[in-house]
Amino acid sequence: MASRSGVNDFVLRFANVNGTGSASANTLFAKAVFRMGLPVAAKNIFPSNIQGLPTWYEVRVSEKGYLGRREGIDLLVAVNPQSMEKDIRSVAPGGYLVYDDSKQLPPEWRREDIRFLGIPMIRMGMEHFPEPRTQLLMKNVIYVGALTALLDLDPEVVKALLHDQFGEKEKLIAMNIKALELGRNYALEHFDCPLGLRLEKRDLNRGKIMVDGNTATALGALYAGATVAAWYPITPSTSVMDAFAAYCEEYRKDPVTGKNRFAIVQAEDELASIGVVVGAGWNGARAFTATSGPGISLMTEFLGLAYFAEIPAVVVNVQRGGPSTGMPTRTQQADLISSAYASHGDTRHVLLFPSDPGECFELTAQAFDLAERLQTPVLVMTDLDLGMNDHVCHAFSWKDDRSFDRGKVLGAEELEQLKTWGRYLDVDGDGITYRTLPGTHPQKGAFFTRGTSKDEYARYTEDNDAYKRNVDRLMVKWATAARLVPPPELLRCKGQPVAGMLYFGTTAHAAREARDQLAQEGIFVEGIRIRSLPFHEEVRAFLDRYDRVYVVEQNRDAQMRTLLIQELDVPNHKLIPVLHYDGFPIPADTIYQQIRQHWPAAVNV
Amino acid sequence: MTYLRPTFRHPDLPVNRLGYTFKDYEGGLSTLCAGCGHDSISGAIVQACFELAIEPHRVAKLSGIGCSSKTPTYFLSQSHGFNTVHGRMPSVATGANLANRDLLYLGVSGDGDSASIGMGQFVHAIRRNLNIVYILMNNGCYGLTKGQDSATADVGSKSKSGSVNKFATIDLASLAIELGATFVARSFSGDKSQLVPLIRAAMSHGGFAFLDVVSPCVTFNNNLGSTKSYQYVREHNHAAGTMDFVPPAEEITVRYPENTARELAMHDGSKIVLHKLPTEWDPMDRLSTMKRLHQASMTGEIVTGLLYIEPDSEDLHATLQTVDTPLNALREHDLCPGSRALDEINAAFR
Repeated sequence: MASRSGVNDFVLRFANVNGTGSASANTLFAKAVFRMGLPVAAKNIFPSNIQGLPTWYEVRVSEKGYLGRREGIDLLVAVNPQSMEKDIRSVAPGGYLVYDDSKQLPPEWRREDIRFLGIPMIRMGMEHFPEPRTQLLMKNVIYVGALTALLDLDPEVVKALLHDQFGEKEKLIAMNIKALELGRNYALEHFDCPLGLRLEKRDLNRGKIMVDGNTATALGALYAGATVAAWYPITPSTSVMDAFAAYCEEYRKDPVTGKNRFAIVQAEDELASIGVVVGAGWNGARAFTATSGPGISLMTEFLGLAYFAEIPAVVVNVQRGGPSTGMPTRTQQADLISSAYASHGDTRHVLLFPSDPGECFELTAQAFDLAERLQTPVLVMTDLDLGMNDHVCHAFSWKDDRSFDRGKVLGAEELEQLKTWGRYLDVDGDGITYRTLPGTHPQKGAFFTRGTSKDEYARYTEDNDAYKRNVDRLMVKWATAARLVPPPELLRCKGQPVAGMLYFGTTAHAAREARDQLAQEGIFVEGIRIRSLPFHEEVRAFLDRYDRVYVVEQNRDAQMRTLLIQELDVPNHKLIPVLHYDGFPIPADTIYQQIRQHWPAAVNV
Repeated sequence: MTYLRPTFRHPDLPVNRLGYTFKDYEGGLSTLCAGCGHDSISGAIVQACFELAIEPHRVAKLSGIGCSSKTPTYFLSQSHGFNTVHGRMPSVATGANLANRDLLYLGVSGDGDSASIGMGQFVHAIRRNLNIVYILMNNGCYGLTKGQDSATADVGSKSKSGSVNKFATIDLASLAIELGATFVARSFSGDKSQLVPLIRAAMSHGGFAFLDVVSPCVTFNNNLGSTKSYQYVREHNHAAGTMDFVPPAEEITVRYPENTARELAMHDGSKIVLHKLPTEWDPMDRLSTMKRLHQASMTGEIVTGLLYIEPDSEDLHATLQTVDTPLNALREHDLCPGSRALDEINAAFR
């Protein structure tokens, strides 16, 4: 069988044991590809465990910029004996297996349709490095070294990365470079390098960065002026707060006193986390929490309070596989309904759907403006794939004259001028009323905040008309929200579109690739990437244009489709679900196959 | 319903140091049952605030859910109030306090709110030494749902319906001391002369100040056989020692004989003078207080007074090293690192 070949277009997978330092070596590889100017996507597939279980790291290189996940492994680096047998089977026919041959492989694991490239990584590590821990770590760098030869990965780029990573630690740099050379030289001596699969430098990453979504989300909160953060550790959201804390240490110290312009509380649970956020929001600080599905379940009572009492709050939901504990280290978009309607009674919340780290930054920053403008919770809906994996995106940008939208908050002078004021009195007709903060004015503006029904002047009442006026006003506010949320993004196609395709979040890359695959067969679909709930009016216009719209989402129950039907009253027969929910990021092929089957008459062009 | 009191003021009403009258600290008319202990506690809060000359708008009053948690509408109508969700007032108060360290936070809770549904939040607010006056109106039952036993009901205590509580009681004052609370007192809603100075002292404490106030439920738990009835509490109340609270501006005028009084300096410059010191324990010694409370629980006594105090404790803001300016007063230029810093950050991801 002919070996796989191609320039700048392949999928490589590393099979490791978690807790062995492989993550940094694998990231080193992906980052080096990025620095060679090539579009690259890296996905960490890891267990809910700290040490000793199999973990994989998948890198897709695509000159065309298709950065969604693709099935089919062209080259696998196998260094985990536990999973080796299965790993060998996972390589696509014609692919390559780079493996540790310090020990001989059982003959029955051999395959005729792939190439075996044995490198004694562990043995070389033991021969050249004294400490057991170093041997373990350097084994990883040895295979990166081998890949520089096998794939034409520029070794100078890798060395520059090592210098950037370790800075002044010359010893560490020297040790890593030694391991890199060991691997590279071994490959050059034993194999015909490069393989059919290889890398060539391009200049496709100008203005771009490679970063994980959780870091970007944390930066969004930093730039938006969040001062109070409360959280409870939960995968995959934990690194949001880790990053926020680290950036605050760097950028939020008072230059004179060294004191903190932020307060971060690791709370006793998610109920307390959102409670802290609600308390701080009520008192005029920008506050947020980060969590995942199980945390949202626990926060629902408070989210209802914040909705009904009209208190700003920002909640980052880094979605993972559910239900229940589900698949805590796998990705899904399955908290749409539980987030949109979190809490009892008629409750609804603003959701934002970033699709890459650049949007995690921007939409998280916007979430604080929206939460204060609308005086309501705003949930930033990312997922494990976006939050924890590195993605290539446009560099973050911030205009220095940008100010925070603190919404309708009355200060002491404004209160002084006002003859009458009602906390829940809609004077502007947009459903958003004026609030006051504790401690503002000695005689004016005090009111009682409660989750019970109240009249326009914040007085407790069980009067049915007053109750109804209040909840109806909240729907006016919801309509206002639909005008303030970020609009969707359209994905045009080259031919006359025959259908629409609606998607959001991390499905974006796979959707674009699927659109191109379909177009090659003459099936033209126009895409729309939703960025918010409530739906922007452009979403309705899009749905009106097509008899059928494929709704692509990463959950079993077609939750976005349900939201579209519920919120926009779209006839359900025209919304065709395209679903993916096995816990891995959605591949383009899944979308392509599911849409393709509806067009049996289409022919290859 | 929250009724508002008439705004008429008698011109000769006494005023405090800041010119506020007693009425400036009142709230809406109570809708609790006539004779409810909680109303007496509300009255004590009003009196304490008047005497301390606190600016009403600089107080934030927060509560959970239940009869006790309704009371913040019945005092300090010039203060912002927040009736949160059941058992979760401590977390909301934590957030509010972090947002603005300059206000006085007054948390009101009940025994169902703090000893059952909200136990976790109660415990962790103590652990963080949140700067708050936490008043627990403790009636041993769920009044608003018609009299079920709460977790602070004593074993063997009989409810109005005749059922006898079979489960061990949770003593929140002992628990608070065990957890490291820095100000713990117990009092009785019917003993204003003890309660008011305790509230004043709690308001001057720079940390978590817990007041467990036994407050009989006249409707559901004031019967014979109940250990939270007016009669039982009066008969078993061991008010140990008495104390005076001396605000910062005032001099200590009364002199007590040596060895019978102890003077404690508070954060804000005020002083607590403990006189007729308790003989059975030392309120500055956690272990001795714990021992005394355990003894009392065995004999059915209710020990009241200032049980334990650590006057110079550090609150959550000190632990988190937050700036002196309230966080909610910081603006863009204090908070946003700007585009130049973002360029550096971007560079790290290239």
